Amino acid sequence: MEKVLQRKKVSTLSELPRNLGKTVSIGSLEVALFRLNNGEVRAIENKCPHRGGVLAEGIISGEYVFCPMHDWKISIADGQVQKPDTGCVQTFGVEVENEDVYVLY
Amino acid sequence: MTKQKIVLVGNGMAGIRSLEEIIKLEKNKFELTVFGSEPHPNYDRIQLSKVLQGDTTVEDITLHDWNWYEKNQITLYTGETVIKVDTENQIIYSNKNRAVEYDKLILATGSLPFILPLPGADKKGVTAFRNIEDCQKMIEYSAHYKRAAVIGGGLLGLEAARGLLNLGMKVDVIHIFDYLMERQLDKTAGKLLQKELESQGMNFLMNKQTEAIVGENRVEGIRFKDGELLEADLVVMAVGIKPNVQLACESGIPVKRGITVNDYMETGIQNVFAVGECAEHREVVYGLVSPLYEQGKALAKKICEIPGEGYKGSTLSTKLKVSGVDVFSAGEINENTNTKTIKEFNDYQGTYKKILIEEGQISGAVLFGNTSESSKLLRMINQRSDIDDYLVSKKTEDGGVSLVAGFPDEEIICGCNGVTKADIVEAIQSQGLNTFEEVKGCTSASRSCGGCKPLVTDLLGLTTGTDSSLSSQKEPICECTTLSRDEVVAEIRDKNLSHTREVMNVLDWKTSEGCSKCKPALNYYLGMINPAEYEDERESRYVNERLHANIQKDGTFSVVPRMYGGVTNAKDLRTIADVADKYNVKLIKLTGGQRMDLFGIQKEDLPSVWADLDMPSGYAYGKTLRTVKTCVGENFCRFGTQDSISLGQMLEKKFERVGTPHKVKMGVSACPRNCAESGIKDVGFVGVDGAWEIYVGGNGGTHLKSADLLCKVKTTEEIMEITGAFLQYYRETANYLERTSVWVQRMGLDHIKAVIDDETNKQQLNERLNDALSVLKDPWKEAINSEEIQSSLYKSVKVPVETK
Ligand code: SRM
Ligand SMILES: Cc1cc2nc3c(=O)[nH]c(=O)nc-3n(C[C@H](O)[C@H](O)[C@H](O)COP(=O)(O)OP(=O)(O)OC[C@H]3O[C@@H](n4cnc5c(N)ncnc54)[C@H](O)[C@@H]3O)c2cc1C
Ligand code: SF4
Ligand code: FES
Repeated sequence: MEKVLQRKKVSTLSELPRNLGKTVSIGSLEVALFRLNNGEVRAIENKCPHRGGVLAEGIISGEYVFCPMHDWKISIADGQVQKPDTGCVQTFGVEVENEDVYVLY
Repeated sequence: MTKQKIVLVGNGMAGIRSLEEIIKLEKNKFELTVFGSEPHPNYDRIQLSKVLQGDTTVEDITLHDWNWYEKNQITLYTGETVIKVDTENQIIYSNKNRAVEYDKLILATGSLPFILPLPGADKKGVTAFRNIEDCQKMIEYSAHYKRAAVIGGGLLGLEAARGLLNLGMKVDVIHIFDYLMERQLDKTAGKLLQKELESQGMNFLMNKQTEAIVGENRVEGIRFKDGELLEADLVVMAVGIKPNVQLACESGIPVKRGITVNDYMETGIQNVFAVGECAEHREVVYGLVSPLYEQGKALAKKICEIPGEGYKGSTLSTKLKVSGVDVFSAGEINENTNTKTIKEFNDYQGTYKKILIEEGQISGAVLFGNTSESSKLLRMINQRSDIDDYLVSKKTEDGGVSLVAGFPDEEIICGCNGVTKADIVEAIQSQGLNTFEEVKGCTSASRSCGGCKPLVTDLLGLTTGTDSSLSSQKEPICECTTLSRDEVVAEIRDKNLSHTREVMNVLDWKTSEGCSKCKPALNYYLGMINPAEYEDERESRYVNERLHANIQKDGTFSVVPRMYGGVTNAKDLRTIADVADKYNVKLIKLTGGQRMDLFGIQKEDLPSVWADLDMPSGYAYGKTLRTVKTCVGENFCRFGTQDSISLGQMLEKKFERVGTPHKVKMGVSACPRNCAESGIKDVGFVGVDGAWEIYVGGNGGTHLKSADLLCKVKTTEEIMEITGAFLQYYRETANYLERTSVWVQRMGLDHIKAVIDDETNKQQLNERLNDALSVLKDPWKEAINSEEIQSSLYKSVKVPVETK
């Protein structure tokens, strides 16, 4: 069965601090929302593939977030864990209309 | 084209390694199915010893996680055992009534632990040491019982025994021979080993034959042939393994001791292969991983129809993975009439080396105490090198040239994972690796037993041209730059740089936005240089310091309010109790720093918890002054010579909040009995009659170090001044994340003394410290009073989903 994507407004741009993460729960789904330095907003699953660290609290650099638990480096763009570790997290589409931020899930 | 079906029986180290080799050669040609009796994905069995010894967790030893199987489109049935092979029709049957056809079948069923057929061997509390469940059983037993007996003084038995010691059990090792590891060591080495392990707390019963295991339902003891009785609550049988050949036997696949295979790992039946501990090759059954990996390579080539010379057998070598003990052996172990030996025995340092020579060639070696030559000797034994080559090579090394330099490219550096020198050098060069961890991650070298770490480190140094022993001279602050800490700090001062991104831009950082190492470091240096103007960057702070609470593994936080000098009162305790009730605190714990920690607080609740507590932050999360531990002191204690509590509180109130390169802890004791452990603090004070001794650079953490006496003073004014100068000098010259213990050693105590002794220096250092202290505010108060901080840092978004 094809999954139909849902679209949810989760925030406004001004509510998102730059270069920091925000935890967004949509029902039981937990998403880490990031407003990057280049202005883009990205969303990934808020769960590190290593031991489930909360990625929304990580240090961000460019398009990467460093997990606050054991410092794995994870791409916010495609969810890939960077070497030497392996794995990936789910990414979600984000749309910004005017001031409003939507997550597709 | 339909894919060929490969079925693998045995989801263990040899089987999965073989599949990996196959996938490397032919990605899409096969449809792969794996059966494994154990309910886990493939894990590193070697590391079970470490799990038991408490160094690693079960998750950490997984070699291929579930994703790997999925990514490679492997159908995996775990917790499912293959019970029959119909070799005629090429179908296997499992215990869950599954039938799967195959074109090629690989048997990698490993071994079974050998359980001595003694009366009572089926009692509760008797276990083998082979898999995760065995480990869990031992760990569980250690929580309830005290006495463990290990039957078998070989590799497995000793590793089990060491683990049980770590788990807090009393351990007796029973061995039938008169010295340990008789299959891998000679008598001299075996005896040395026993002495070393005895000093670690193991007890040995040698020359003992077990007759029965006694007890009602569960084990209560062991009876020996000589009538003696030993009490035990847990019995670990580690007397050996036997190839697991039952499935092969029952299916008519030819078996001697193991499943017999030729050089291409083919069994006597067409399209059936065997690999690993269950296989017997040229009358040898191997029980270590490195031969299994070579077998896997040969097998993969055969299955992918790539010509090769097949598997020719391996020379075995042994290492015991018990910390503090270095033993190695390979090839021949005991001399006979045809052999000559070179022996070096150093009773004083407890080292022993024996090299066996047959017709001028090296045929075996035993090392104890110092195993740095193990890789070289193993290679020489494999190649049957001339003993003269060894003697010549030894001369060059004594001249200071690293061992690995002389290794040929195909030399295996990591025996566990079959990684050669060429593999490592290639990875370092093509991927620009700089650290041991990177090499480990990219090549898997050193991932299992870790024995080859020194060689890998040497090789890294040789390949990148940096001498690892000299690299501390100029170490870049992280991988984003080539500049060292001192260079960066000098540039910030010279060029008046004012925020982290500016530093990265102006100083040509390789990454545009830094990493988790340089961001917090730069943020610290900038704040240290210009405390009045610099605006702390939240996004450059590690989560704990950004949110002013310690993050827990489940994403909740802990809160530690200040309790100056470890002193509290009834009102504060009541407040803490009320807060604990109100916010459902999961645990209240007294910390090692003499205060209270409230655990399991939700991020959103932090500001209101702090408001309700109405106490200053204890900075249990910060790179700053943590605690000042105090003893009772002269007001109550019969030995007290000074008022330690007052001094402790004074210090804590004066120096709290100021950022330091790493955390700083203090201790104040009122007499040399030192109940506040001032000797292992960053700054420690010990009261003596009429004076205080000041100690610096102690550490009770990862690398235990006792503090050095800095000076002895009479008044508290002097104490405050000297401590202030010391702290400020540390702030100005230490690397970010360098504790005072390392910093004092690096700078030299005499140098620090000289700086602080100088009256002008002392004044100026204190002035600069006071500038930094003057702008600091309690971060909890700030958060309570700021809507902006609360909404940007502490609020998360909750979006309900409509239910239809
Ligand atoms: C709470 C406490 C344990 C306890 O319940 O007693 C504790 C808990 C943590 N310690 Fe500690 N340490 C605690 C006293 C100590 C002590 C003993 C002491 O201070 O007297 C030491 C050894 C003394 C020393 O530091 O010299 C200690 C040496 C460490 C180290 C190793 C530091 C080192 O230089 O080797 C770390 C790791 C680090 O800081 O990088 C660490 C790190 C940690 C962290 C913050 C780990 C982390 O980053 O998550 C722990 C937070 C636990 C949590 O989930 O909240 N903890 N830690 C103690 C808090 C004291 C306090 O009131 O602030
Ligand atoms: C505690 C310990 C420490 C060790 N330390 C070292 C060391 O330091 N260095 C070293 O080189 N070696 C060490 N070894 C040995 C090493 O782990 C083994 O040589 C290696 O695991 C053997 O691999 P294998 O694939 O042949 O067997 P295994 O890893 O045992 O895999 C066989 C798998 O097949 C499964 N299986 C069996 N029959 C069936 C069936 N009919 N159907 C489905 N599944 C089946 C089994 O459940 C098992 O999971 C150690 C072993 C132990 C137990
Ligand atoms: S010793 Fe410290 S860091 Fe380690 S688990 Fe205990 S509290 Fe955590
Ligand atoms: S949980 Fe993310 S690195 Fe460990």
